[in-house]
Amino acid sequence: HLKDDQSTHDTSKLNLILFTLTYGALVTQLCKDYENDEEVNKQLDKMGYNIGVRLIEDFLARSSVGRCQDFRETADVIAKVAFKMYLGITPSVTNWSPAGDEFSLILESNPLVDFVELPDNHSTLVYSNLLCGVLRGALEMVQMAVDVKFAQDSLRGDNVTEIRMKFIKRIEENLPAGDE
Amino acid sequence: MADDVLFEFLHMEMVSHIYKEQASRGEMDKDRATCVSALEGMGFRVGQGLIERFTKDSPSFKDDLDIMKFICKDFWINVFRKQIDNLRTNHQGTYVLQDNKFSLLTQLSSGKQYLEEAPKYLAYSCGLVRGALSNLGMDCVVTAEVSPMPS
Repeated sequence: HLKDDQSTHDTSKLNLILFTLTYGALVTQLCKDYENDEEVNKQLDKMGYNIGVRLIEDFLARSSVGRCQDFRETADVIAKVAFKMYLGITPSVTNWSPAGDEFSLILESNPLVDFVELPDNHSTLVYSNLLCGVLRGALEMVQMAVDVKFAQDSLRGDNVTEIRMKFIKRIEENLPAGDE
Repeated sequence: MADDVLFEFLHMEMVSHIYKEQASRGEMDKDRATCVSALEGMGFRVGQGLIERFTKDSPSFKDDLDIMKFICKDFWINVFRKQIDNLRTNHQGTYVLQDNKFSLLTQLSSGKQYLEEAPKYLAYSCGLVRGALSNLGMDCVVTAEVSPMPS
């Protein structure tokens, strides 16, 4: 995995580090630009959404995963394929609701928060909120409206990071106007 | 692992966000400079952080040219997914690094009208390089230009 034979440096994780450092710089900038954590959380979600609606194409192209039959399959693909592909981790899928429309992704470790500590005056900041937006945007492009939020956050003292995903409804595909 | 793509998507969105936000407050000219310097500043701190992690176990570089070769190879490959195509120097402290297919610009169309937009997408990277060099002991000014390929 060393791309350059002459390199004596460990390059395998450097690109993920680039992403997490950039993300950290972004959150810092947003905290400067906006007055409160709630606003920063909203911006992160919005930016995540914008990324998600484009990332899904990249994902589908790389993974050649077919259309998921149900929400359970979607959950597995998200955890075992998507998270693995982009963040190098495989969260576990648990806590299914009886109706099968809600589940949790448990992340033992969150690569976004390596080397990050929340200062005291940002106790309501959801640092990794970009991820919620990404998931929401990506799934919307495959006709699923979902609600995504953090239920536990290791940065705020919880043992693990838990993302809760709820299926809201199927989005009808828009047919182009004038289609016969 | 498709980790390099995440950085590119995030970068695009960051640039877009910073410009949108500034557009909704105040004059255009002042804002453009503020946007560029915000992005450059972010890049600078990240560039420093990257170098800390990247070179902590390796021997120090013997001279400036050695550092520049590192930037052109290892650094560029890990950040921009390929090596620099051409390095020139006047041996008096100026180095010109040429990348014929810069990874953060490939998503932009290549029409001439988009050339004006290119600096937005270069500010962060200039900061990255300046930050990296700063932590390697080289204080410098980093600027970038885009020119169309000869047809």
